[in-house]
Amino acid sequence: MTRLSGHFTLRRGGFVLDTAFDSAGPGVTALCGSSGAGKTSLLRCLAGLETPEAGTLRVGGDVWFDAARGLSVPPQDRSIGYVTQEPSLFAHLTVEDNLLYGFRRLAAPARKTTLDDVVDGLGLKALLPRRVTNLSGGERQRVSIGRALLRSPQVLLLDEPVSALDVAGRADVLRYLRQVLERFAVRSVYVSHDLREAARLANEMLWMERGKVVAQGIARDVLTDVRLPFAELDEAESLLDGVIEGHDAEMGLTRIRCANTMLWLTQVDAPVGSSHRVQIAARDVSLALSAPGAVSVLNVLEARVSNLVVAPRQPAQMIVRLDVAGQPLLARITRKSALALQLQPGTPVWALVKSVALAE
Amino acid sequence: MTPALDLTPLALSLRLAAVTAVILLILGTPLAWWLAQGRSRVRFVVEALVVLPVVLPPTVLGFYLLQLLGANGPLAWLWSQADVRLVFSFTGLVIGSVIFSLPFVVYPLKSVFEKVPRAQLEAAATLGARPLDRFFSVAVPASLSGFIAAAVLAFAHTLGEFGVVLMLGGNIPGETQVLSIAIYNHVEQLQYSAAHVLSAGLVAFSFVVLVVLHFTHDRRKAAA
Repeated sequence: MTRLSGHFTLRRGGFVLDTAFDSAGPGVTALCGSSGAGKTSLLRCLAGLETPEAGTLRVGGDVWFDAARGLSVPPQDRSIGYVTQEPSLFAHLTVEDNLLYGFRRLAAPARKTTLDDVVDGLGLKALLPRRVTNLSGGERQRVSIGRALLRSPQVLLLDEPVSALDVAGRADVLRYLRQVLERFAVRSVYVSHDLREAARLANEMLWMERGKVVAQGIARDVLTDVRLPFAELDEAESLLDGVIEGHDAEMGLTRIRCANTMLWLTQVDAPVGSSHRVQIAARDVSLALSAPGAVSVLNVLEARVSNLVVAPRQPAQMIVRLDVAGQPLLARITRKSALALQLQPGTPVWALVKSVALAE
Repeated sequence: MTPALDLTPLALSLRLAAVTAVILLILGTPLAWWLAQGRSRVRFVVEALVVLPVVLPPTVLGFYLLQLLGANGPLAWLWSQADVRLVFSFTGLVIGSVIFSLPFVVYPLKSVFEKVPRAQLEAAATLGARPLDRFFSVAVPASLSGFIAAAVLAFAHTLGEFGVVLMLGGNIPGETQVLSIAIYNHVEQLQYSAAHVLSAGLVAFSFVVLVVLHFTHDRRKAAA
C-alpha cells in the first residue's frame, strides 16, 4: 500500500503548519485534531492545493513535492481524489457528467474502475440523469465521493466529508463510504475533528495539535491515549476487535470473543464467526481489585492498569487506561476511588463493563 | 418629398458593432480572467487603463488614436508595409471601437469570473483538469450570463458611439459613415424626417436589446 511521508512548513497568516509525517498504511489513515489544528492545511498540501515554503512529500515511490529542488507536482498531475466538506459539484452538469469529469481526463490504461462499479457501490443509479442542484446534502456528498473514486486515485483525500450533513445524511454517507473504501481498497486519508467517527473507518490515526502531528498509531491505541483530549470527554470510549461466538436467543444476547475474554451484548443480527469492533464507553467501565462475586454486570474482564491521569478539566475524575490481553480499554472513575484502590501502572484489576455495543 | 432613405449607415453600424463585439470577447475574456483571478500587482494599473475610456471624453480618445494611428504616427510604417489604412477606414473604426468599448466587456466578465467559486476550480484541478481546461469546463459555463451581458453591451455601446468615430473615421459614406454620423449629417442638412427614422430605429433597437438582456438575466437568476 502507498506510503505517505515527508514534512511541510506552511505559513498562512497567523497559522503555521510545521510537521513531519509518515504514514505507511494500509487502508484508511485518519487525521484528527480539534478545529484549527491544521488538518485541512496538511491535506491541501498533500493535494498540491497549497505550496509549502519548505518540505518534501513522497507518495509510494514518487516525489510529489520537494521545496529544496523547486519541485511541486500540480494537483492535476497527482493521482488523488479530493473530497471536501462542502461538495463542489459542477452545477451545469448532470450527476453522471459530474461523476465522469475526472474519469474522462484519465488515460484509458489508468482507469482502474468503471462508472457502473462506482454507481453501484454508492447507490447512485437513480440519480444519474438528475441535475446536481436539487440533490440532498447526503446525495451530493455521495456524488462527490464517486467522482473522486472514478479518478482511480492512488490516494483518496477526504476532508470532513460528513460534518456538514444532518444526522440522516451523515449515517447514509458513512454507510456507503465504509462500503466503497472496503470494496475499492483505496489508500485514504480521512480528516475529521471527530475521533470517534474516524476510529470506525481507520486503521491508523494521526493526532494533530497547533500545526503538528503529535501522536500516531493504530486507531484503537490513539483513541485510548490518555494524553489526548478525547480521553477526557464524556463520549470517551474504546474499540475492541472481536469475533461473534454465538447467540442466546432466549436471553436475547450475543456472545463475542475479544482477545482472551468473552463479552455479552444485546443480540445483534450478525452471523457466528464474523469479525466486528465493539465499543465500550469509558464511563461504563468500573474497576475492582478482586474478582467480584455476585454482580449484575455481565461482562467482567481481567485487566492490568497501563497508565492513569487526572482529567485535566475535571479534577474529580481519573482516566485509567487498561490492558485487556493486549487491547486497550479506557475506564473513567473518580479520583477518590483511584486513591482508595491505590491504582498504579501495573496494578492487576477487574473491569466491570456495564454496556457493550457493536461499533457502527 | 425627401430622397429615398439610404440604409448603408445602418448596415455599416451593425457590421462595426458585430465585429467589435467579437474581437472584444476574444481580447476581453483573458484580460477579465486575469483581473479577476490574478494576484499580480500591476493589476491595478491595468484596471485603471481599462476604465479610462469611461471617464474620458470620446473626442480625447479619438484624438490620441488619430495621433497614434495617423500617417505621421508611430504606427505609420504599417501603412506602407501592409498597405493598411488605420485612420479614415473601417479598420480604424474597429480599433477605436474596441478600445472605447473595452470596459463594457471586461467589467461584466470580471464580475462573473470573480463569482466562480475557487473550490470548484480546485475540484477540477484535483480531477485532472489543466488551467485552460478548468477555464472552459468550469468557469465559462458558470459565467454565461456575463458573456451575454458583455456581448450585448459591446454591441450596443459601439452602435451608439459618435465622438471616437468622428475623430478617427471622418465621414466617408459606405466606409466610415456610421448611423450616428449619418443622423448628425441629416440634422445638419435639416433633413429632420430622415434623422427621425434613423434615430427612432436606434432607440427602438436599443430598447429591445435591453429588454432582452434583462429578461435573460432574470431567467438565469430564476434557474440558479
